[in-house]
Amino acid sequence: MAKPPKNKTPQSPAENPEFALHSLQKEFEKSKRYDASSEQLRQFYEQMLLIRRFEERAGQLYGLGLIGGFCHLYIGQEAVAIGLQSALDGDKDSVITGYRDHGHMLAYGIDPKVIMAELTGREAGISKGKGGSMHMFSTEHKFYGGHGIVGAQVALGGGLALAHQYNEDGGLCLAYFGDGAANQGQVYETFNMASLWKLPIVFVVENNQYAMGTAVGRSSAETEFYRRGTAFRIPGMKVNGMDVLEVRQAAEIAFKHVREGRGPVLMECETYRYRGHSMSDPAKYRTREEVQDMKDHKDPIEGLKKILIEQGNSEDELKAIDKDIRKVVSEAADFAENSPEPEASELYTDVLVEEY
Amino acid sequence: MAIEIKMPALSPTMEEGTLAKWLKQEGDEITAGDIIAEIETDKATMEFEAVDEGTLSKILVPEGAENVAVGTIIAMLAGEDEDASDITAETLATNDASGEGKDVGRESSEAEITKPAKKSGATDPEVPHGTNMATVTVREALRDAMAEEMRRDERVFVMGEEVAQYQGAYKVTQGLLDEFGPKRVIDTPITEYGFAGIGTGAAMGGLRPIVEFMTFNFAMQAIDHIINSAAKTNYMSGGQMRCPVVFRGPNAAASRVGAQHSQNYGPWYASVPGLIVIAPYDASDAKGLLKAAIRCEDPVVFLENELVYGRSFELPELDDHVLPIGKARIVREGSDVTIVSYSIAVGLALKAAAELADEGIDAEVIDLRTLRPLDKETVLESLKKTNRLVIAEEGWPTCSIASEIVAICMEEGFDHLDAPVTRVCDEDVPLPYAANLEKLALIDTPKIVKAAKKVCYRD
Repeated sequence: MAKPPKNKTPQSPAENPEFALHSLQKEFEKSKRYDASSEQLRQFYEQMLLIRRFEERAGQLYGLGLIGGFCHLYIGQEAVAIGLQSALDGDKDSVITGYRDHGHMLAYGIDPKVIMAELTGREAGISKGKGGSMHMFSTEHKFYGGHGIVGAQVALGGGLALAHQYNEDGGLCLAYFGDGAANQGQVYETFNMASLWKLPIVFVVENNQYAMGTAVGRSSAETEFYRRGTAFRIPGMKVNGMDVLEVRQAAEIAFKHVREGRGPVLMECETYRYRGHSMSDPAKYRTREEVQDMKDHKDPIEGLKKILIEQGNSEDELKAIDKDIRKVVSEAADFAENSPEPEASELYTDVLVEEY
Repeated sequence: MAIEIKMPALSPTMEEGTLAKWLKQEGDEITAGDIIAEIETDKATMEFEAVDEGTLSKILVPEGAENVAVGTIIAMLAGEDEDASDITAETLATNDASGEGKDVGRESSEAEITKPAKKSGATDPEVPHGTNMATVTVREALRDAMAEEMRRDERVFVMGEEVAQYQGAYKVTQGLLDEFGPKRVIDTPITEYGFAGIGTGAAMGGLRPIVEFMTFNFAMQAIDHIINSAAKTNYMSGGQMRCPVVFRGPNAAASRVGAQHSQNYGPWYASVPGLIVIAPYDASDAKGLLKAAIRCEDPVVFLENELVYGRSFELPELDDHVLPIGKARIVREGSDVTIVSYSIAVGLALKAAAELADEGIDAEVIDLRTLRPLDKETVLESLKKTNRLVIAEEGWPTCSIASEIVAICMEEGFDHLDAPVTRVCDEDVPLPYAANLEKLALIDTPKIVKAAKKVCYRD
């Protein structure tokens, strides 16, 4: 009983004669920087600075033994989360990332107190202290974690995108992963299905140059990560991840493409982490000069500060912003330090949702 | 205000270290990010960066000092507006113990006390008198369960290899594509890790995926998502993020397919908190429990058996045949010995019980049906009655469900035992291909009969 074949999509990518790679990059090259209003510029500055100060404080609390286990700081990479997430439709779109997740949560405007309290393992933490630095979620914001297994969030993000498509809610999924995760097999399994089914997803490689202690050139045969979607007919974009305006502009182009139902985009944001892979990494695999050079010449916050000053903001105004942010972060740290630990009775809650 | 600089913890396990070198001296201006000292841990020498700005007013721990405890104040920093010379060690606050917040006074209690009591009393719903009993295969029962739940809830969909156009590698999804269309019956490429992750993510995103593995042998490629992504999500998120996904497919030995295609994963998944694991035997349980699994808010591993797919059983024709998860079923009542079993071995146990009856031994047969959470009560109640217990499991004996039942009987049923609890499992070898060796390796009825007679001291 032969049945007529029923394809998932009327036309598979392989049958599309119009397909051309890097078409998005061409459009991006035409105008690489987002034309932000002065209000937006200030907002980007404040948000990036909040991440920076929060992470510095987290590093300090770790040093004091208030934060345990693994703690991966986002310092240096702030422009990526802010540039991309500022372009999202907060009511519809979802975000998922790996274990270096504090910045992505702060980019949503989630209260720094509940994030810091999770880092210190307190009851008031966003996961009631049961998740920790690597496992934080906010379903209210459609932020789906916070995942500790390198690369797992890419396939899970594919599932979130499938849910957007299934529910026809018009949303897209933004799935972040690092240059290290880019060598996991499941990333490519997901690329294949995402392209085949035209899932609404933007894959973002945050290329911070080191997979833990291994420089990209020592672990990756193809270090131009944006090219890695080619085999799956996913258009790639190469973006300076140290420039929030460039990231935002790339987000505009990528999101438009995806929202038009044209399938996934692979975006590589070249960035740099100033600190070690985690707090326990002495980062001996690179020179101090290399790090200093990045801080001196590529820093995303200093870069934006320059623009703000050119636009007539005074040093004092910017200093006042910093002061306010330090205060917010200090309050978050105090809250996180003084909140009680979870009750012992929380040990067995939330293992399962239902009772059997 | 003066800022205390404390000995940092530079790794998750560091408790103390050596202050190898001060790179800044008293009176030096410090900006955030400056390396102020080198600290040796048991693993490495680490650079210690300043977080705050100011003037290094006082060094309290000299370089070369060994065994400096984490949290010890090693120096003081004066802020912009104060005179560095005003800062003295006397102004220092009392040092907190490392690793502790200011949450003194919390009562610690035994973890076990906090464990909630298991909800009991869930029983199979009564089948109304006069209900027609249809004869259906397990394969049809599973298909009907999925179809009924897909009609009931728009969020339910099936994905997997060959589930749609091919109508299922084992024909369990036969007809679903025609009724529900390609949006809800999705053929995937051969990419278990990837589609298990996509299914799990879709559940996080609010859908109700049924992820079919052609067999659970291939799910080993995907086990990370089943355990790390699905099982742990609700707990890690403090109850915020649910993952109502069903992973189903045939499990355990089929026939002559060799070692890589013949393994029972029941014990693997049943060891993981956060998962529900179901392994039914007959058509009625297959249907009723699969429907329950699809409605369940928790992630479920649903283990079927290829050799049982084609077997026919009686099934009550009800509008909505849903059975309770976590409840074993006594499939044959008896008083002399209990045979605990699940999945395909239930059939072997029933045959064994019939043979034992011929020899005057009245065996009670329990089908566990759910492997996690395990229905201890039903097992222990039966043990109280028979005082002898055998476990029949088609799977390896080591770290098995059988081992778990033995442990439960030892810990909670010891006083009722008149003989050692005995495991009857497969042999502890990869399953061989040769017909004679395969037969030797697998559990069979004579082995169960022998074990039951042994615990009854009858030979």
